[in-house]
Amino acid sequence: MGKLTVRESISKGLYEAMDSNERCYLLGEDIGEYGGAYAVTKGFLDKYGEKRVRDMPIAESVIAGAAVGSAMGGLFPIVEIMTINFTLLAMDQIVNHAAKMRYMSNGQIQVPMILRTVTGGGGGLAATHSQNFEGWYANVPGLKVVTPSNPYDALGLMRSCIESKDPVIYVEHCLLYSVTGDVPEEYYNVPLGKSVVCREGQDVTIVTYGGMVSVCLEAADKLSEQGIEAEVIDLRSLRPLDIETSVKSVCKTGRAVVVEENWKTGGFGAEISSSLQENAFDYLESPIIRISGEEVPMPYSRKLESAAIPDASKVTITIKAMMEI
Amino acid sequence: MPITLDKQKALETYELMKLIRLFEEECASQYMRGLIRGFLHLYIGEEAVAVGAISSLNEDDYIVSHYRDHGHALARKLDPNGIMAELMGKSTGVSGGRGGSMHLFDVSKGFMGGYAIVGGQLPIAVGLATSIDYLSEDRVVMCFFGDGAVNEGYFHESLNLASLWKLPVVFVLENNLYGMGSHIDRTHATGHNLYLSADEYNIPATQIDGMDVLAVMETAQPLIERTRSGGGPVLIEANTYRFVGHSMADPGNYRNILEIEEWKTKDPISKFVEHALSQNIFGLDDIAVIDESVKQVVRDAVEFAEQSEDPEVESMYREIHG
Repeated sequence: MGKLTVRESISKGLYEAMDSNERCYLLGEDIGEYGGAYAVTKGFLDKYGEKRVRDMPIAESVIAGAAVGSAMGGLFPIVEIMTINFTLLAMDQIVNHAAKMRYMSNGQIQVPMILRTVTGGGGGLAATHSQNFEGWYANVPGLKVVTPSNPYDALGLMRSCIESKDPVIYVEHCLLYSVTGDVPEEYYNVPLGKSVVCREGQDVTIVTYGGMVSVCLEAADKLSEQGIEAEVIDLRSLRPLDIETSVKSVCKTGRAVVVEENWKTGGFGAEISSSLQENAFDYLESPIIRISGEEVPMPYSRKLESAAIPDASKVTITIKAMMEI
Repeated sequence: MPITLDKQKALETYELMKLIRLFEEECASQYMRGLIRGFLHLYIGEEAVAVGAISSLNEDDYIVSHYRDHGHALARKLDPNGIMAELMGKSTGVSGGRGGSMHLFDVSKGFMGGYAIVGGQLPIAVGLATSIDYLSEDRVVMCFFGDGAVNEGYFHESLNLASLWKLPVVFVLENNLYGMGSHIDRTHATGHNLYLSADEYNIPATQIDGMDVLAVMETAQPLIERTRSGGGPVLIEANTYRFVGHSMADPGNYRNILEIEEWKTKDPISKFVEHALSQNIFGLDDIAVIDESVKQVVRDAVEFAEQSEDPEVESMYREIHG
């Protein structure tokens, strides 16, 4: 067992992919000489050379599309799109092409590829660089979407993505790269579509993912000091989605709070909330509550940005009020 | 030096163009009968481009097409039965009845799909070429697109990358003057000589008469070989015209009947027949034999498609993931 950061875990997964498969190559903006906007691919160009580590023009459509086409031709591309905000420029290739190819060709074509990208706010980057679109992609059959929240899952999920024969969107939260955690030396993986109970409790279930997991764990610790034991569930993958683990928990606790950084209207939290009431209605002692980002374009000011993103205090206050009902 | 075809190659060229013409006419009939649904974009009038360009390829080259893809598929010798079955949504269709007219696939023939988002196939072609280059394969990708796609960002991003990496892509721009119902004069800043855009990306490009199958072959063959031997991408702009509407839903109110009639005097099939007869490459007897055989192929395709089963409802859930 050793300590790794999320950044190091992702890099480790990428090294494994590159070392185990000659047909695996990396492409993205400034991933080579520059080392990656978030330094995940630092050193890769030196080790693997320009054939396998490709600095791309700032042209997200052709980055994604070339990845799809090369996967069709027998390669295993791992793409970095610098932030999820920029994936909007590649969305046609992701949604209309990558996700549809196997299906529309009736299985004649496979598109094994990983598209890594960076989600979330909190970095002071304002409205166009602080969004959370992973839920949009999770809406699309044919895609897989994973959202690691810690170093262990970052590596374990990456290993499962490497084994996938279909396109995966691997979503990295911008504030998690330097978070450290225990990562076993021996091989393991984290299967796609399996959420995890990362804190046990019997009073209320908190369902969340990605950057909000640590916020919810902090809130759970505060609640514990006040005699409320929250169970915290990290979804890990948005598609395939494991709702069973959350349903089981809600059947035990009778209360559910869904926490996401994204906007509430049409957000992924609505999917979770609805699935929980469909499957655990008879066990609920109070309405399911969603805690989401404020419905505003992300403001730049530190004070405003902090107020727009859910924090532990907001989760704590909401749950305390819920328990008093 | 004008290209000359021997009798066998000339007859095959005629047969493919005629097959496309009759197949497409039959599609229109089946659409009116309600057996083909959705959008149906016919290739009538443009046959010389597909046949001239695709017959110049090797068997393991890749082809990437667009939503007007029947002509390319037939020129690549995909099974007409499987194409017609696909258009009727049957399980025996080339895409299992999942794609329809705009999304024909046959990987065994290197036919890597018809793509229905304008321009979306260009980066796919660049990606396929990346795999060819990466794996040191002896192939090229032929990528078809229309004049409408030139206005998409995809066109520029794809040409840039293909040239930057010297990839084996043969871009074939089928300029039929209309992006759906809008004339190119109303949608493109220059309205003509679209091939000149390739110059900005250091890609050799040329403009040809797309109604002349021999001109297409004559231009395509050396450019394909240039690309195949590591010379990087090339672009061919083929000036052509569709004799029918954009799709079967087209009201046809944006084109002058005189313009259509004038283009019909350049019919690529008549033009080629006149040439072959005048040069004594083949005779009227040969044409009669081929016409009968092609009609039978089309009749058989309809019969096969009609008799094929619809896909099972449960099959809907297959091939979403591996």
